[in-house]
Amino acid sequence: MRVVHYLNQFFGGVGGEEKAGTSLEVHSGALGPGRVLEQALGEGFQVVQTLVCGDNYAVENMDELSVRVLEMVRSAKADLFVAGPCFNAGRYGVAAGALCAAVQAELGIPAVTAMVPENPGVDLYRQELYIVDSGSNVAAMRDVVARMAHISLKLVRQEPIGRPSEEGYISRGILRDELVERTAAARMADMVLAKANEEPFESELPVTVFPPVPAPPPVRDMSRAIIAVVTDGGLVPLGNPDHIPLSAATIWGSYSVAGIDNLEGGNYEVAHRGYDTRHVLEDPNRLVPLDVLRELERAGVIGKLYEEFLSTSGLGNPLGNSRRLGREMAQKLKGVVDAVILTST
Amino acid sequence: MEKAGIPVVQITAVTPVARMVGSNRVIQGHGIVHPLGDADLPPEEEKELRRQLVQQALEALKREVKS
Repeated sequence: MRVVHYLNQFFGGVGGEEKAGTSLEVHSGALGPGRVLEQALGEGFQVVQTLVCGDNYAVENMDELSVRVLEMVRSAKADLFVAGPCFNAGRYGVAAGALCAAVQAELGIPAVTAMVPENPGVDLYRQELYIVDSGSNVAAMRDVVARMAHISLKLVRQEPIGRPSEEGYISRGILRDELVERTAAARMADMVLAKANEEPFESELPVTVFPPVPAPPPVRDMSRAIIAVVTDGGLVPLGNPDHIPLSAATIWGSYSVAGIDNLEGGNYEVAHRGYDTRHVLEDPNRLVPLDVLRELERAGVIGKLYEEFLSTSGLGNPLGNSRRLGREMAQKLKGVVDAVILTST
Repeated sequence: MEKAGIPVVQITAVTPVARMVGSNRVIQGHGIVHPLGDADLPPEEEKELRRQLVQQALEALKREVKS
């Protein structure tokens, strides 16, 4: 079996942060962690090629890199693609996730990576990939690579993959039916007892966790600040020009309020099926408080109201999707506005 | 957006959800169907309510948040 392995500049032995701009280099055979990987995969597996790329170069040229890596993996006639482990290196994790997802989707061969659950690469790619939980201890490389090899072997042999806790990968958010001996009541009673006795137990319905985001510094001088309004209440101009779906929206819109002092009822509609929208339709300022923000702008309380408001429908959205919408909005507003007022229904 | 370094204040009637997802600055809105209004109030009073909520939100943006 032929394996292609991806490493960043550090693990590929090119250098540290000063070499993060290095573009893609191709080595034949295994390099560094790839040697451990080859051993762990065992007989019949050979790392035929190692691709090494600087972290900055990778994330700044992701599309181009993907195309080149796909070409290499294809011409190497690989049966398996492995990237990392990336531990808590964020750019490395994002690149490894993107490349694994591309290889898996385009070439139809298994792809495996590893990183810590907090790595941004996890948020982006855990639904489509098996990402082994690497922990943050680089000294545990051998163990991490062994777990990557374990899942890789199962994928190559098309064997069923067990639960995340059994196999050591990060939950992909997939629910699967299972036949069990004991009723829900009995299982629940066991869990309560285990909890009371401070013994370990595994919930069957893990609660979604939201890692805390540190608060950005406050606005120092409001009288000079540019303020934008973002809403998940679905306010859009009449006719919903961007066709924002009324639930599980995959897109958002940005609408000009230049020269407008007051949002008039007849000019807007609401792309949201999750609340009684009559009050907002009657007076959209109840959702996007343009009228008072204009007054505060004139009075010099705020520096300037941003010339557009951003809107989407926050209803029944899968978390991954909502996060992407947020990232896209942030990309538009970063460096342009000083703060955001987010109104939610 | 806060991950990108933009301070955000969220105005919503459903503050438990805002807290659950980790919003750092949350203002209690005036109802799910109109976070910044009240259809039962005369127009002038309603606008005054909206003004107060927006001003509270601006104050929150000026304040340091300890994580």
